[in-house]
Amino acid sequence: MSEEIDSAQRVAIGISFGNSYSSIAFTTSEGKAEVIANEEGDRQIPSILSYVDGEELQGTQAKAQFVRNAKNTVAYFRDFLGQEFKSIDPTPCHQSAHPVQHESTIAFKIRDTAEEAENTITVSEITTRHLKRLKNSASEYLGKKVNAAVITVPTNFSDAQKTALSKAAKEAGIEVLQFINEPVAAVLAYDARPEAKLADKIILVADLGGTRSDVAVIASRGGIYTILATVHDYEVSGFKLDQVLMDHFAKEYMKKHKSGGDPRENDRSSAKLKLESEAVKKALSIGTSANFSVESLANGLDFTATINRTRYDLLASKHFAAYARLVTHAVEKAQLDPLDISEIILAGGNSHTPKVASALRSAFPDSTTILAPSTSPTSINPSELSVRGAAIQASLIQRFELEDIEQSTHPMVTVTPHLSHAVGVLCISGEESSGVFHAIVDAETPLPVRRSAIIATPREGGDVLIKLCEGAGHIKVTKPEPKPKKEKEEKDSDDDDESEEEEEELREKTWKVGKVLAEAALKGVKKGAKVEVQISISASLDVNCIFREVGGKGGVRGLLAGPKLVQNGSA
Amino acid sequence: MAAVQIALPLPVLPEGWSGERDFKAIEHLSHATDRNIEPVGPHFLAHARRKRHKRTFSEDDRIQAQVNVKKVEDDDSGEISEPEDPLMLQREAKDWKGQDHYAVLGLSKYRYRATEDQIKRAHRKKVLKHHPDKKAAAGGTEDDQFFKCIQKATEILLDPAKRRQYDSVDEGANVEPPTKKETQKGNFYKLWGKVFDSEARFSKVQPVPKLGNENSTKAEVEHFYNFWYNFDSWRSFEYLDEDVPDDNENRDQKRHVERKNQNARRKKKTEDTARLRKLVDDALALDERIRKFKQQEHAQRNKKRLDKEAEQKRLAEEAAKTKEEEARLKAEKEAAEKAEKLESKKAKEAAKNAAKKNKRVVRGSVKEANYFHSAGDVPAAQIDFALNDVDLIITKVDNEELAALTSKLSSKKDPGEIKQIFQEEVKRLVGAGKLKEGETKSLSA
Ligand SMILES: Nc1ncnc2c1ncn2[C@@H]1O[C@H](COP(=O)(O)OP(=O)(O)OP(=O)(O)O)[C@@H](O)[C@H]1O
Repeated sequence: MSEEIDSAQRVAIGISFGNSYSSIAFTTSEGKAEVIANEEGDRQIPSILSYVDGEELQGTQAKAQFVRNAKNTVAYFRDFLGQEFKSIDPTPCHQSAHPVQHESTIAFKIRDTAEEAENTITVSEITTRHLKRLKNSASEYLGKKVNAAVITVPTNFSDAQKTALSKAAKEAGIEVLQFINEPVAAVLAYDARPEAKLADKIILVADLGGTRSDVAVIASRGGIYTILATVHDYEVSGFKLDQVLMDHFAKEYMKKHKSGGDPRENDRSSAKLKLESEAVKKALSIGTSANFSVESLANGLDFTATINRTRYDLLASKHFAAYARLVTHAVEKAQLDPLDISEIILAGGNSHTPKVASALRSAFPDSTTILAPSTSPTSINPSELSVRGAAIQASLIQRFELEDIEQSTHPMVTVTPHLSHAVGVLCISGEESSGVFHAIVDAETPLPVRRSAIIATPREGGDVLIKLCEGAGHIKVTKPEPKPKKEKEEKDSDDDDESEEEEEELREKTWKVGKVLAEAALKGVKKGAKVEVQISISASLDVNCIFREVGGKGGVRGLLAGPKLVQNGSA
Repeated sequence: MAAVQIALPLPVLPEGWSGERDFKAIEHLSHATDRNIEPVGPHFLAHARRKRHKRTFSEDDRIQAQVNVKKVEDDDSGEISEPEDPLMLQREAKDWKGQDHYAVLGLSKYRYRATEDQIKRAHRKKVLKHHPDKKAAAGGTEDDQFFKCIQKATEILLDPAKRRQYDSVDEGANVEPPTKKETQKGNFYKLWGKVFDSEARFSKVQPVPKLGNENSTKAEVEHFYNFWYNFDSWRSFEYLDEDVPDDNENRDQKRHVERKNQNARRKKKTEDTARLRKLVDDALALDERIRKFKQQEHAQRNKKRLDKEAEQKRLAEEAAKTKEEEARLKAEKEAAEKAEKLESKKAKEAAKNAAKKNKRVVRGSVKEANYFHSAGDVPAAQIDFALNDVDLIITKVDNEELAALTSKLSSKKDPGEIKQIFQEEVKRLVGAGKLKEGETKSLSA
């Protein structure tokens, strides 16, 4: 690798490269990620290239070519990188250049020069060209030549896909320092905010993009992230939401112009319809109504119409419901309960849609924070989460040698034993004579780990017992008392059936006490004193504990050896 | 990480607890799960620094480290695959109503059981294969008919409302009830179990009770048939509607078709309810358990009857016995009474005789006492008085007193003594209020 850039000379940015949109960002000297607008002023740059008489258009300008120059416009190609033709879904390219098989790879046949002849341009080449444009926009903005990047990818991006992307980037003069997973980048974007506090929690990232939606359930433990489950879906997507509006306006158009024909049946009309529908969808994220207006939609007839948000929410309701089911499915796949989810980060462009957030709001308990523009004033723009995370990661590692980065991300470093159960202590509470479990280290915490807890003591002080246990999360369901039915029927007989809806059962997260690991005695604890418990668990599951009175002398230490390894697995 | 704050107090150390240096190890931690942590963020870099410890890892290490890692991403390969019927591949999209949506997606085995996730995966798999661009690449025609069938199937199966409508009429999921002959070959539970499992998909109430087997209890079987005779079905028949004309011109025609559809749906629903009812009737008629329970019941009822008869017999016998006993007792009693009467008659007679004798003695003693005359010859009046007085005394005393008086008087010869005894007797009688003072003329003191 003769061309490898000296790490001191690196100018690294973060790139999010989606099928629909791409973004670029850098981290300021104050450590703040900033999203860069390209020459056209776009921060969400359509991942689209179009060629008009040999001139290359990119982004919004290229997207506009769907109408007149669809055949020479290449879009929605990211997922084709590093894949074989037989395993790609060409559906999103319906209204632009179609992918074709080219040797063992995928290509597009387009007129990308002023010549009449079509050229076969591989998906790698297209990617290179697109990344070059992004790189140039960033360089322009930063005033220095960008030569490296952290790029976000979906969690199911294969090694072959990464290799292909890495190569394409290299051709564009970008050294990929690291690929990071999109949902993890979103978590990092939130955690990198100065006001963020380090906490152990389960975060769900729900990314509703243009061509796909991806959900990840992530354990965040002391700032270290572990993906517990993911789902990927190509049915619930921004495309489908656009389609709802396309169908709506097409029908409205046909109602108005009886002999106008169906605009969906003509490529150009359909492209216009789609572009305007997407614009209307975006407008409805902010406003409660939006205008649809297309000159010469079909048969030379102009068409304007208005739609309000409620109407749209209703038309697309089954997609929102499907999305909520998808997200819940991810929780099930992680073998968790909605009550286990502390936060949902809404990512991807469609998360601007208020109904997307409210559909998740009603599918999850109140204890789950929903971070979306319409539910939280402090949320980060969902379209920018990936790229911000990438920019932050880029700033963290840009001075590393490539070899260093490779070694640091090696499975010997990343593969880590995770606690299968929470570890904590038993406390006394009024109703439970056997004691109540209180977690100190949560399940799915990577090892080694050290955590401490400050615990109250009995009112009179004295000798206390510390029982170290394992605990398993458990959902306690309380059925509501059935209301006396007769009375209800008499009173509300002429009301709507709202009152007949079943009372919701009460669900709470509690703990089931598991194995008792160890016991310790602290004697002569002062009245009103507190006890500090410190637990360190090694990768081989040795537990070192220290128990002492806060502010007191001495204390008790103990060692609980880990289980003998049964297999010759990692230690 | 900040320390966890726990407000609930620790328990008091139990009496007699002991541990070496106040610590007691009890059980190991449960085994850990190997997972990949994300190589992202400042905390990861700190972790990496510690873990690498200036070592260099090789490709072998990579393989070694990953052996036990818990996978997060699914492999998309395999799982759903079934051969595609060449005839099906020639279908026209416009005939979508008649297509088997599950077969189109390769989910014939799953049908109403297919999960949303399975449908999506199946769809993607079919798209990858049948997208018109793929066919064009393979040198085929630009024919996108089957691709459209796939899209239609997916549209219906991923829409919960439309899927229900289709599932309502999905013939592929129907399990025909076995004939009487088939059933009687002895596979009732297996054959009918499948039928009910399939019908159960239409139940609004879930879970649906199972047919069970020969060991099911009577209560279970009764619950089963009760459930099926009161089956609450969501099955509906709008999928089979005739197309309603879409244009606004022909309103009457539109309304006419709509009305026709409504009626057809209602009719089909009624027929379906009847069909299910007959099905349950047939199963019930063939269900051996019903006969078994009837027999048991019959036997039980018989047993009851026999028991009752035996009881009656026993009661009758008992009554007869009591009666006999009573008669016997009565006879005994009568005999005893008779004997007693005889006895008392004898006693009375004896007493009478004794009294007579005693009276004689008493009267005799008057003579002995010289009729209470001081000395010498007794005037006749005195004799009368004395005899009257003694008779008066005799009438005032009962037999026992008479006997007592007699025994006092017997062998007494001295007139004074005899008189005194009489006088004492008079005194006793006066004291008892049976005589008045001075009523006895000869015995006054
Ligand atoms: N303000 C908005 N309101 C509603 N939808 C929006 C908004 N902005 C963007 N979108 C939609 O978000 C989608 C693009 O999402 P995103 O920017 O995450 O793309 P992406 O990551 O490239 O997606 P994919 O790779 O799935 O195609 C498009 O469907 C777009 O219409």
